[in-house]
Amino acid sequence: MESLILIILVAAALFTVMTRSLLRAAIGLALTSAVLSILMFRLDCPMAAVFELSVCAGLISALFFSIITITEPLTPEKVEEERRARMTRFWYLPVILVIAGIVLSFLSVSIHLKLPVPEANNDVRAILWHLRQLDLVGQVIILLAGVFGIVILLKEAGKKNG
Amino acid sequence: MDSQLIHLFWTFSIYVIMLLIIGGYCMLATLNLVRALIGLEILMKAVTLLIIAAGYVSRHPAQAQALVITLIVIETVGIAIAMGIVLSIYRHKKSLDSRNIMSLKG
Repeated sequence: MESLILIILVAAALFTVMTRSLLRAAIGLALTSAVLSILMFRLDCPMAAVFELSVCAGLISALFFSIITITEPLTPEKVEEERRARMTRFWYLPVILVIAGIVLSFLSVSIHLKLPVPEANNDVRAILWHLRQLDLVGQVIILLAGVFGIVILLKEAGKKNG
Repeated sequence: MDSQLIHLFWTFSIYVIMLLIIGGYCMLATLNLVRALIGLEILMKAVTLLIIAAGYVSRHPAQAQALVITLIVIETVGIAIAMGIVLSIYRHKKSLDSRNIMSLKG
């Protein structure tokens, strides 16, 4: 079952990259996130799956949709020109992907890993709040930096427009 | 059991490498700035998948989840900032083509 989900994941990512329309690419990205979150549920990571589904498939897709709507569409001549240019640049990708997949699946890499003892505390909340407090501080700082960055960017754009 | 898990990890790694190829190729081949961001997102998905697979194989899924949650927060902020920059470039140049932003080229 996992193999099927992984194949769908790669197919969705390939569709995202290969499709001509930016809007379809954004939908493909949301689909990739949704498939990844299904895989996370199956691999015993429900909390991360919820985050992936709500933030990556929801919020980031909404951001992509908004930026695509704000920018103007290309003229029909430019669309045709872009289509031809894209074909010459992107037709290599599926070929490379198929070759890489075949080579990697036949490649027998011997990984010598010594697996650790299974985790005693399996509660993600306990780990996040007790073991990884520094990560949370970092997240808060990054969020603040992000908010200030966006405010400054929009302010400058507003000044130029005004 | 351990060898089975390690084999499973290798299977996941193959798909991670394929996602990395897709994202990297998209970022390198495209001339559209929004599409470059989509390529970056796919690269992030590959890293997320690798962390989740490593957590599952090492039987430490809670630690992997904590890392993935941090990664998702950073990813979102990074994409939001990058989109702000792309938007300001679009307002300035009226185009999303990366060939039009060669002003700083030395």
